[in-house]
Amino acid sequence: MAASMVTCAAVPTLRSGASRSTNSVVESSAAKFASKSSFLGLNVRAPTVVAAASSSRHSVAGKVSASASELVQAKPKSKADDLLITRDEVLDVYEDMVLGRSFEDMCAQMYYRGKMFGFVHLYNGQEAVSSGVIRLLKKEDFVTSTYRDHVHALSKGVPARLVMAELFGKSTGCCRGQGGSMHMFSKEHGLLGGFAFIGEGIPVATGAAFTTKYKREVLKDDKADAVSVAFFGDGTCNNGQFFECLNMAALWKLPIVFVVENNLWAIGMSHVRATSVPEIWKKGPAFGMPGVHVDGMDVLKVREVAKEAIERARRGEGPTLIECETYRFRGHSLADPDELRNPAEKAHYAARDPISALKKYILENDLATEAELKAIDKKIDDVVEDAVEFADESPLPVRSQLLENVFADPRGFGIGPDGKYRCEDPGFTAGTAQV
Amino acid sequence: MALSQGIMAVSVPAAALLSASSSYSAARVQTASSSLPALGSRRGLAVRASSAEQSANFGPSSQKLWTPKITTNAVAAKQEAAASTGAKGPGHELLLYEALREGLEEEMERDPHVCVMGEDVGHYGGSYKVTKGFAEKFGDWRLLDTPIAENSFTGMAVGAAMTGLRPVIEGMNMGFLLLAYNQISNNCGMLHYTSGGQFTIPCVIRGPGGVGRQLGAEHSQRLESYFQSVPGLQMVACSTPYNAKGLMKAAIRSNNPVILFEHVLLYNLKETIPDEDYVCCLEEAEMVRPGKDITILTYSRMRHYVLQAAKTLVNKGYDPEIIDIRSLKPFDMFTIGNSVKKTHKVLIVEECMRTGGIGASLRAAIMENFFDYLDAPIGCLSSQDVPTPYSGPLEELTVVQPHQIITAVENLLAK
Repeated sequence: MAASMVTCAAVPTLRSGASRSTNSVVESSAAKFASKSSFLGLNVRAPTVVAAASSSRHSVAGKVSASASELVQAKPKSKADDLLITRDEVLDVYEDMVLGRSFEDMCAQMYYRGKMFGFVHLYNGQEAVSSGVIRLLKKEDFVTSTYRDHVHALSKGVPARLVMAELFGKSTGCCRGQGGSMHMFSKEHGLLGGFAFIGEGIPVATGAAFTTKYKREVLKDDKADAVSVAFFGDGTCNNGQFFECLNMAALWKLPIVFVVENNLWAIGMSHVRATSVPEIWKKGPAFGMPGVHVDGMDVLKVREVAKEAIERARRGEGPTLIECETYRFRGHSLADPDELRNPAEKAHYAARDPISALKKYILENDLATEAELKAIDKKIDDVVEDAVEFADESPLPVRSQLLENVFADPRGFGIGPDGKYRCEDPGFTAGTAQV
Repeated sequence: MALSQGIMAVSVPAAALLSASSSYSAARVQTASSSLPALGSRRGLAVRASSAEQSANFGPSSQKLWTPKITTNAVAAKQEAAASTGAKGPGHELLLYEALREGLEEEMERDPHVCVMGEDVGHYGGSYKVTKGFAEKFGDWRLLDTPIAENSFTGMAVGAAMTGLRPVIEGMNMGFLLLAYNQISNNCGMLHYTSGGQFTIPCVIRGPGGVGRQLGAEHSQRLESYFQSVPGLQMVACSTPYNAKGLMKAAIRSNNPVILFEHVLLYNLKETIPDEDYVCCLEEAEMVRPGKDITILTYSRMRHYVLQAAKTLVNKGYDPEIIDIRSLKPFDMFTIGNSVKKTHKVLIVEECMRTGGIGASLRAAIMENFFDYLDAPIGCLSSQDVPTPYSGPLEELTVVQPHQIITAVENLLAK
């Protein structure tokens, strides 16, 4: 009770002005899309988007949320509450989601053809979260991810070619082939990784947010407003690093958004079997930040919530925890036979495919024609094909690459018996020097 | 006479320590400043002539400037001690933790991106007072008092380092960094590599470690052995105020992640250090006492035990060459190798556990590179593979003592 009262008080400030100050153009047809959003764990509802879908997981819980609304004061519906999205924005999001899906499907194909190896974790089904959040970010903003990071990289702007080449282990990959599927990095696009251990990336994202804060407070750079977004899953929310970073981010009001991709499963461990309090959004207010629950299969809802959280962070008001209820259509990785999940559950979520939902929304609201959407699909197919071709034709790393990036300052390899730094040895870069 | 840091290192700490009564705690040693003449009056021609050579360049090329000078006594003559301290000015005397503080302060003034993160580094001034007064001077954002969450604030420092800052992470005790092992290994060490060189992690991780005085098992750990396998990390250990300040500054300036190991019992060691700006080379070992009979390799607190043992050895007629390896990873194979080639006998004296310690790695490296020069198996004195007991006599038994060093040297030289 107390927790919800705290967030209740926070509602007016959260909603004040932020969404209105965006440059979204009001679409007359968007009036069809009515939403009643609040930051209290109520679902943002968009009946037109999921018209034909079977009832959402929370429709039964919808009764619960209805009663929750008796406890807290929700703002009355007004025109400003309508979700605002322009044609350009929605097409950008659509294209990004289709890119994510096609890329991941191609990854599966390439894996089974023996072009990539190891652990590959695919993002099919969760595209709404990546596109909904990351397409709102600027190039200077930072993102950290987990091992399920291909689509986060693509959404952030890393070219598909570089991601595919990295997966093939080629030297033209975004990390020169040294990172692989689980370690996508891009300095240019602000992608701080790609981490194999869950929870590892959250402190890194917190540190990037700290840098922004430091630039403002110490270096007196008023223009420093880069926001940091950390993506992680439901399993991570039982890990110490999650809680430690929620505490520090709220304590120092760091410009960070914590996005939980709750797909209900951590490999074969169901979220409710692992968690004493399965509602992850509730853990935000426990640390003094808003906790929001959103339907992660609906990109427009995710986008609305993310927009507010990102702008909140940019204004210097501190962190937000967003729990996106989403689902992965494939197994945990390509090595996972995916036998534990109930086929009925899978079918339920397959019917709520975020891409078909958005497509339906676009067509019903006349934001684009079927032909235009097909053209985007075709364009993405070409992009993915080109990426595979590029990766195929790229060279594998040569021997001399092995030692190059171990140290930023290669004097770290030390002084050899001859008195010279080992890195000065001409044999060093050829890979023949002793280390 | 060409002066270099080698001689400076020989004379002052040795003089300081060997005049003290023998006790196993170096921390109780008082300064020998009363035994050194007033330095101002000793400024002579020899000192001025060498000042040009004694620049801040301490890369490997400086090895060639150093002229070996065999001291017949373990105790340096008072004249030499005076002449070697401070080329340009009289130098100033301070304790090791003050030297660390001075180095850190100078670097924080020099570069506004340098910041400190850790528990009680700010308002409390650091649990060993290394950052005393800094919060008032630099502010709370540059001296970040973190909650007790080592893994996360170390990861936070990594994220900050990736995005432009140069954080210095303080582990209140090095043992606490075991909680940060995930971030130190995976992110500090490896992130530069897995990102294909895109991101650098110019952070420094520092803190007191080693066996103290009855601190109990968990506060008496030697983490250098645990971290040495992590690729991408550099590790250095300081042992005197001079190299503490120099290594602190070098570590902060380095673009690699560096772990600086301090020792909990050495913080009150006193020495006179130069007034001018200087930096120590991170990869170099320090020649403490040149000799010809045996090479003794040591670091951190054990350096002072070795010097204490050396006094007895010299009186017995031996001539040990003592090298403070300083750089735990990577090893300075040049200095070490030259010594092995000269003496043909090696004894390693360390505080790490017998199993998997720095000594174990050093033994392997010397055997691999200089096997033909060895006349005897490499001796290695390490701590017992025992959790450090609380009780005094038991604790003394787990750590190497000076009399054991003397015995080991005698045994090796008898072969």
